[in-house]
Amino acid sequence: MNDWLLALIELILFVALAPLFSAWVKRVKCWLQNRRAPALLQPYRDLRRLFAKQVLLSHNASPVFRATPYIIAGATLLAAAVVPFISVNLPTAAIADVIVLAGFFALARFFLALAGMDVGTAFGGMGSSREMTISALAEPAMLMAVFTLAMVAHSTNLSTVIDQLLAQGLVLRPSLLFALLSLVLVGIAETGRIPIDNPATHLELTMIHEAMILEYSGRHLALIEWAAQLKLLIYGVLIVNIFFPWGIATSGSPGALAIASGVVFVKLLVLGVLLAVGETVLAKMRLFRVPAFLVLALTLALIGLLSHIILEVG
Amino acid sequence: MTALYLTLLIPLLASILLGVFGNHRGAAAFNMLATLAGFATSVWLALIVLQQGPLGGEAGQFHIDSFNVYLIALTALVGATTSFFSTPYMAQEEANGRLGPGRLRLYHASYQGFLFTMQLALTTNNLGVLWVAMEGATLATVLLVSLYRTPESVEAAWKYFIVCGVGIALALFGTVLLYFAAAHVIPDAEHALLWSVLAEHSAQLQPVVMAIAFVFLLVGYGTKVGLVPMHTWLPDAHSEGPTPMSAVLSGLLLNVALYALVRVKILTDGALAAGGMHSPQLAGNLMMGFGLLSFTVAGLFLHRQRDIKRLFSYSSIEHMGLMTFAFGLGGPLATFGGLLHMTVHSLTKSAIFIAVGHASHIARTQSIEGIRGLIQTQPAVGWGLLIGTAAIAGFPPFGVFTSEFLLLSATMKSHPWLTVPLLTGLGVAFAGLFRHLHPMVYGERPEGQVAVSANMWPVVLHMVLVLWLGLAIPTFLADWFNQAAVLITGKGLL
Amino acid sequence: MLEQLPLYQQAILTLAAMVLFTSFALLAQSRVVSIIHIFAWQGLLVAVTTALVAYDSGKHDLYLSAIMTIALKALFIPWLLHRLVKRLGIDREEHGAEHPATVLMIGAGLVIFCYYVAQPIEQLSASVTRNTIAISMAVVLLGMLMLVSRSKAVAQVVGFMSLENGLFFAAVAATHGMPMAVELGVAFDVLVAAVIFGVFFFHIRDSIESLDVDQLNRLSEQDE
Repeated sequence: MNDWLLALIELILFVALAPLFSAWVKRVKCWLQNRRAPALLQPYRDLRRLFAKQVLLSHNASPVFRATPYIIAGATLLAAAVVPFISVNLPTAAIADVIVLAGFFALARFFLALAGMDVGTAFGGMGSSREMTISALAEPAMLMAVFTLAMVAHSTNLSTVIDQLLAQGLVLRPSLLFALLSLVLVGIAETGRIPIDNPATHLELTMIHEAMILEYSGRHLALIEWAAQLKLLIYGVLIVNIFFPWGIATSGSPGALAIASGVVFVKLLVLGVLLAVGETVLAKMRLFRVPAFLVLALTLALIGLLSHIILEVG
Repeated sequence: MTALYLTLLIPLLASILLGVFGNHRGAAAFNMLATLAGFATSVWLALIVLQQGPLGGEAGQFHIDSFNVYLIALTALVGATTSFFSTPYMAQEEANGRLGPGRLRLYHASYQGFLFTMQLALTTNNLGVLWVAMEGATLATVLLVSLYRTPESVEAAWKYFIVCGVGIALALFGTVLLYFAAAHVIPDAEHALLWSVLAEHSAQLQPVVMAIAFVFLLVGYGTKVGLVPMHTWLPDAHSEGPTPMSAVLSGLLLNVALYALVRVKILTDGALAAGGMHSPQLAGNLMMGFGLLSFTVAGLFLHRQRDIKRLFSYSSIEHMGLMTFAFGLGGPLATFGGLLHMTVHSLTKSAIFIAVGHASHIARTQSIEGIRGLIQTQPAVGWGLLIGTAAIAGFPPFGVFTSEFLLLSATMKSHPWLTVPLLTGLGVAFAGLFRHLHPMVYGERPEGQVAVSANMWPVVLHMVLVLWLGLAIPTFLADWFNQAAVLITGKGLL
Repeated sequence: MLEQLPLYQQAILTLAAMVLFTSFALLAQSRVVSIIHIFAWQGLLVAVTTALVAYDSGKHDLYLSAIMTIALKALFIPWLLHRLVKRLGIDREEHGAEHPATVLMIGAGLVIFCYYVAQPIEQLSASVTRNTIAISMAVVLLGMLMLVSRSKAVAQVVGFMSLENGLFFAAVAATHGMPMAVELGVAFDVLVAAVIFGVFFFHIRDSIESLDVDQLNRLSEQDE
């Protein structure tokens, strides 16, 4: 029972911290670009404001349009529940499968794309088509990277994977190096960050994610925004906890949990800085270059897989 | 050993000297002198080997046995006669304004450099050095192919460089694998690439690794031999470079590449025969396949050529295919035939290219359609071309006939059904050569076509030698061929 | 198993994988200057791997090979190419393959092919580097793929040189280097080849006023 409680607390923490992580990335970016940064709590204020506002619906919006924010938020929430945040071996570990995780993301994206087309505006359809193009290329790369992980750890269960990697200690694995690089690229593409998409723009030529949610308002928009922030944090946690698992709590003792929370917090802070630096030095690429970017991710994942087979087995 | 070192040093020094002082008027004469001296030392070397047997010892860096000693002499001979042809030929090119003194310096230095790499490839006992020398041969000749700087010649040189470079790179990979196999057997790493040491231990080499290595070496050195489908560089390089270059490429480079291939085949055969898990004939069968393919394809391509030098370079591919087939077939008779064919083809083909060079000067074009009535204009060149072509097509009593006859009898013995494609191919090639040759040597003499200063003595010398080899092979040469056949197949003919 | 190896041996394998990655990067990259830079990185990675193998096997002449590789493949040839590209005024051009994604997929197929070919060889060896034989073979074949998929002379030369890197890497991986005389000879050949390639750039440009080798198509067996 204790374990379930711990899992629930972790999930709540996960969800609650998601806007903070986005704010941290934004703050570092502002520092780097010599701008005045908004307060770290600004995303929470934005969400509160949006929740308080009235929902405006287009006349020809179908039930799918109205249901989508809840489906997205639900799927992303479940995805967050799957990812080990502070400790492994929780009861939720039974469903903590990477393929399930990919499935939740796919579900959310599918409905988002449907909703984008639902109202029938030009921007929505355009955004949906772009989103699907990108995800059609990103998903194979992600799965390939995931398979590499699975082959290294002999499991697709995230909790087991982390356990295995922790047990091995510091091992230089070419396969994991490439899987990491690939996953970073996929993460950037999937969470709509520079250089694929710019979360801060509403420029019609370039927007992808923002184009699909242009018609949303009020609590619907708040849920979708929150889900997007959560998704970014999920990718962040995945990357730091799988590839740098040191410090994660393997037992439920309060001391271990406290250390693990601190370590994860620091790791995420560093990751946020790296992300901000990346977004500052890179320019957004033209949409036609995106396939090349994702093919690179796929190639990296493939090299990871191959180098595991060629170099590490036997 | 002095003779050996001199054989190598003379072309090397000559190359350096000609590179530095090549603008001097005596460069062509010095070139001839150097090749002549090289020939003299190679004969000296041959005499030593004749008296004392194989040279180079157990694990020396050089190894002269009956398989390469006659090739060394042959290389020096063809190098010398071609340099005698090249002097008036290049002077004519300079007079025609196609070349300046700077290019001639490059030409002479590269010519000697090429001869050095050939002799190094033949004499070395180290398979790694053999590779270095083969790559060196490409480097020495590639700038000669583009000597005229026409778009065609630059294209030919680029193709030659890239295709041969990649091919030879694969051969290096094969050599690495060979070394890998050898390192398990031979404790001293410095000796693990020495052919004589490897040949002794060939039965212990890992058959699987040797099979893979041989495939790489076959593709690699096969590119240089001009085996189809890696032959694409050959007609281009032969047709666009200066004619003396075509003569030595056809007469020497292809031979040496095939020599390298046969050397590694001996090792592979030894390893596969002892290993027992693969078909022990793998190397031979592969060579037979590639050889027959090259032979057939080149024979067919002969018919559609418009450029006289391309015509004869396809003929070279055809004959290299035939030799590869002969060595692949194995057995003392076929091997003896193959060795003889290497010699007579080298002599005949270089003689033909010399005649072709003069013919294209007479007609002022390399296009077959433009070359007419050679016998009327300059009988020596016309007859030289006619006799040379007759010899290469396999007319008795020339040496090519003898070697082809030996090869056919050997094929009849072991693979009777293969004689059909061989005979057909020979017929096709014969027709392909003569349908083009006939109008060129007989035909009507065009208006204003005049004789040029030509040096036909090399042709005469080569054809006499080929005739002699066709009528009677001298005892010492037959002994060498026989010993080489023992070396390659384990059995002698005589 | 990997986790039982000492760290520097793991590093050898990781570096080998990175060499393979640079080969793929070369296939994908289209900007001339970037191609040359990646090639220099590849040379450096190969040299560092060689030095680690030298440390691992205690063969001191491999250090010399590593230094030679750095001098030749990571410094001299990239510098030469860079200078030529500047002088030819093509340093901002794109010399990419026509279908980069297809080429990358073919490349992946080649790696798998190499794995199968090299497997029987690898079983015979006990050294740490045995698994890198397949990688080095892949680098050779990927260099070849780059050669055939590009139409510009500079990219072809880089492909050729990267192929040479693969060969050197194969020698290091399979047999801890070749005898010194052979290594020196090969290095000399590569050096001369690089210089001759440089000369050729000017010849090609003078003859067709471009470095697009696809335009060199006068000599072929087609009916005019």
